[in-house]
Amino acid sequence: MGNQNQNKEVMIQLSNVKKRYRLGQIGGGTLQGDIQSWWAKVRGKEDPNTIIGTDQRSNGETFMALNGIDLTIYKGEAVGIIGSNGAGKSTLLKLLSRVTAPTDGEIDTYGRIASMLEVGTGFSPEMTGRENVYMNGAILGMTKAEIDAKMEDIIEFSEVREFIDTPVKRYSSGMYVKLAFSVAAHLDSEIMIMDEVLAVGDMAFQKKCLEKMRDAAKKDGRTVLYVSHNMNTIRQLCDRCIVLDKGRVVFEGDVEKAIEVYLGSKSNSESFVDLSQLKRDPEFRNLPLHMHTFEAEQKENSIYDLGTSIKAKISFICDKKVENAFLRIIIKTIEGSPVTMITNDEGFRICKGEMQCVEFVMDTSRLVPGRYSVSPVFYEVNNLGVNMSLDGLKEIYCFEIATVPGFNHNMIWPRRYWGDHYSNPLIICDRERN
Amino acid sequence: MNTESVVQKSAPYHVHISSKHKLLDLKLKEVFRYRDLIWLFTKRSVFVRYKQTILGPAWIFLNPFITSIIYTIVFGGIAGIGTEGVPKILFYLCSNAIWIFFSSSVTQNASTFTANANVFGKVYFPRLTIPISNVISAIILFGVQMTLVLGFLAYYLFKGEVHPNWMACLAIPVVLVHLGLLGLGVGIIVSSMTTKYRDLAILVGFGVQLWMYATPIVYPISQIKNETLKTIMLINPVSAPVEVFRYGILGQGSVEPLYLGISWIVTIALTLLGIMLFNKVERTFMDTV
Repeated sequence: MGNQNQNKEVMIQLSNVKKRYRLGQIGGGTLQGDIQSWWAKVRGKEDPNTIIGTDQRSNGETFMALNGIDLTIYKGEAVGIIGSNGAGKSTLLKLLSRVTAPTDGEIDTYGRIASMLEVGTGFSPEMTGRENVYMNGAILGMTKAEIDAKMEDIIEFSEVREFIDTPVKRYSSGMYVKLAFSVAAHLDSEIMIMDEVLAVGDMAFQKKCLEKMRDAAKKDGRTVLYVSHNMNTIRQLCDRCIVLDKGRVVFEGDVEKAIEVYLGSKSNSESFVDLSQLKRDPEFRNLPLHMHTFEAEQKENSIYDLGTSIKAKISFICDKKVENAFLRIIIKTIEGSPVTMITNDEGFRICKGEMQCVEFVMDTSRLVPGRYSVSPVFYEVNNLGVNMSLDGLKEIYCFEIATVPGFNHNMIWPRRYWGDHYSNPLIICDRERN
Repeated sequence: MNTESVVQKSAPYHVHISSKHKLLDLKLKEVFRYRDLIWLFTKRSVFVRYKQTILGPAWIFLNPFITSIIYTIVFGGIAGIGTEGVPKILFYLCSNAIWIFFSSSVTQNASTFTANANVFGKVYFPRLTIPISNVISAIILFGVQMTLVLGFLAYYLFKGEVHPNWMACLAIPVVLVHLGLLGLGVGIIVSSMTTKYRDLAILVGFGVQLWMYATPIVYPISQIKNETLKTIMLINPVSAPVEVFRYGILGQGSVEPLYLGISWIVTIALTLLGIMLFNKVERTFMDTV
């Protein structure tokens, strides 16, 4: 990193930041309770306010929401922060926007921060939209003169001009967000913090906001921190991404790689998978069949060339004899959206009570380059034509389709625009000549 | 990471957040930068209160006016407490105005954290702006109530029944600052502690009511004959400024420099302690509220 970042201005610097929360009841909650606890301690008696069954050691157990974060964020960057629930994203943003203080470590910010952590922060329902713009702007640190200068832009951007002199308690939630976002977006701040705020507005407004934020970073040189579970918006907006897991930074860098790390941390690309202990979804619990192992034929790295098929086998045991069994393989993108389903035409037989194995070939030859997951479901079709699930698991195996020279004229296939499947080449029947 | 890039040459908005808290840093400079916000909060608490009400701002007069009439009947009429020749209704209106100013400074500020948890939990601004705006709005409401007092004063002046001390009237702004600071100090100490102990929120309404009886509000201090009791009354930091106020408007009572001095010392101590406590609590109160 060193050379590249030498000339960049640091906007946010975190060093060894930790945030500890206490689990369970905090204090007695009432003064009486605390005095009771204190009096009991003085007399050497047991605290009447501890939960029965907990001893003193576990009393006041703590939870590290952030466990030593070191980060540097530069001017003009749009940085995405991703991670599963409870990874510490929101805590990090709360510390940066000074809502709460860190337990340990230092944070330096070099600019005014506009944080929009939730819809309509500080809106007073009784006041009109216009009054609330002043209020919200002032809360975010603007002076009245600055707001006056920006008022027209804010109203224009918010799309609620007709309602601007109506109390905001009469607003719909969408109008609320639009107005709130416009204020934050027009603030002369050097740093913008956005936490999933776009989830409420309509699609057109979401797009407008993303563009506004991208402009803020690219044209005005502002720094944007954006938290979302929506990988597409992360891709559209950010040029760097941070992956948090259990209060630590597990990856920092390129957006695509970060998304892969984040999604990959939940997926498995080992070619041999022990399925026996995996937790089933409720609809697949207490069913007669039980899958034991999955094994892909290609042992190495689960990367397949475009146009090839995948051979694999699943071993299982079944409590009953099944005459007409089928295997359904659902292929999903690594982000979790389904691509296709592959199943067998003719049923196979399953014997009762013994470990057996089914070997199969999945036709993955029409998948475009990218990463996919495999979810197998065993089911039977009885002689009445009714089908019943026997066992099923989600996303047990991940594989990658690698591009081959010449595919799509060596152009990259953007899956966001073109989808996950490719078809036979277009046939040009006749070219008209003038 | 190279260290040069970390050190900023020009950083007008540099903020350093550390796990360590400097107790003596009152952060008043930052509060000043947010003065527009203080004014907006003030406007909100003065005007929003009377939106969608029929009588509107008339409520500002009605409350002290009715209370004063009742005091005149109960304390002046039934209990027969003398007011040193000052017309009773004027005496009670006057006392009420100053007491409502002080007590609302305390009670409004006592719920600063719990009432604003919603906003505080999402965005940072100097939290002290809220208590300060509460005191300013209390001053504005006091000003409005004073027009009522002045109306009665003019009437009795015309009849020659009151003799204000105009020199002492010049001290009224000082009295307001004095009581405002005291209310702020007590209020934010309570509010800092209510984040953990909700009991205090219940206690404060009751406590302020009791405090009124320990202050010469519904009676002039001269009515207390017992010397020890009188001393205790005067040590109460609210008593001395209240006396100054009434001495100016009504020309009644006395100014006690010793007790006024004590009151100022207590006020400044409580205000500083309050701000320190408040700044300490505001850092992490979101985790416990």
